Amino acid sequence: MQNDILAGLKNYENKLNTIWTKNLLDKGSTDGATEEEESKEFTSLFLDALKNGATSENLNSSKFEKLYDLLAGISISRAKRGFSPRETAQYIILFKEAASSILSEIESDPAKLYTANLELNGIVDNLTIMTFESFMKGREDVIARQTDEISEISTPVIRVWDGVVALPIIGTLDSSRTQIVMENLLQQIVDTESSIAILDISGVPAVDSLVAQHLIKTVSATRLMGAECIISGIRPEIAQTVVHLGIDLTGIITKATLASALQTAFEMLQLTVVKRK
Amino acid sequence: MERIPILKMGDFLLVTIQVDLYDQLAENLESDLINTINKHRSKGVLIDISAVSIIDSFMGRILGNIAVMAKILDAQTVVVGMQPAVAITLVELGLSLNGVISALNVEKGMDLLRAKMYNGGNEDQIDDDNDGQ
Repeated sequence: MQNDILAGLKNYENKLNTIWTKNLLDKGSTDGATEEEESKEFTSLFLDALKNGATSENLNSSKFEKLYDLLAGISISRAKRGFSPRETAQYIILFKEAASSILSEIESDPAKLYTANLELNGIVDNLTIMTFESFMKGREDVIARQTDEISEISTPVIRVWDGVVALPIIGTLDSSRTQIVMENLLQQIVDTESSIAILDISGVPAVDSLVAQHLIKTVSATRLMGAECIISGIRPEIAQTVVHLGIDLTGIITKATLASALQTAFEMLQLTVVKRK
Repeated sequence: MERIPILKMGDFLLVTIQVDLYDQLAENLESDLINTINKHRSKGVLIDISAVSIIDSFMGRILGNIAVMAKILDAQTVVVGMQPAVAITLVELGLSLNGVISALNVEKGMDLLRAKMYNGGNEDQIDDDNDGQ
């Protein structure tokens, strides 16, 4: 970019920031003061980069490095704060508009203005793409973290009574998850020396033949270990599906609710629960 | 030749397998055990496999065979202390060891055998309880 234009932009830096912030606030694409500092830093880094000879020809050069890092940080933090993709894209697009309007103020020669604008577009468009990539990455990080958390908390083994463990399953069962469920359950049976395990599937939205197969395997494995497995919380629609699929659950103790499964467990352990007068 | 020790405890026999079984060893165990049951007229066999980390289909079949042979000689077989990984492997192999009763540890296995002995006439019902049917 020509030096005179660059110098002009530098002089108008504060105005550029003001227009940019105002536009952002008008469009509702910022949450206000928290981002103002970052925006200022962005503008000054942007102008520095231009001064150091950054052009649309060398978008991947190290001259842009600091700018890219800052922008990536802004987008990721925006993703985490729950900004929409549109708002995040607008953040950088409005910068372009602000810079563009400053350019038309300081340059009157149409040909020069056109070249300068072209240059500005080339650079900022690339920044927009960068912003979006970082934004997506931020979102994906959030999703990955949530997935990890879900799989960690989704297979709790609860010791409901001396010798009885319960495992409430919530969410869809797939092969990898069933494997974790099975291993956790069997390990807990060994650790707590429980002779009865209750598998509560009231939180499982659907059972297909594969899931049923997994359940049967889990029951067989617990029996091999020397414990008994009760499946509880089978919903009417699941009972229907199971029968329609022709899956044989006759060898497995099934109960409607966790309460009745616990009652059955008590009977097996020859315990009774009585009401005190 | 290496052999697995078979201990006599009253009416029962206790076999603790402390090494990973190879085929010959398993076959020897099978014949030794059946001969010992016959010799002592034992009523029950406890096989402790808590130290066994690998069971293949052959070993699974041997365990099944021992249970059936012992049954013919009027002795009940209880396999105790199976590790979770072993149980998963057996299920994945499609071996559910029908006819073999399992217990979590030697103590519970003993209780199970005693319960069976003292309820000799009622065996079917107990069987059902243990199978959870």
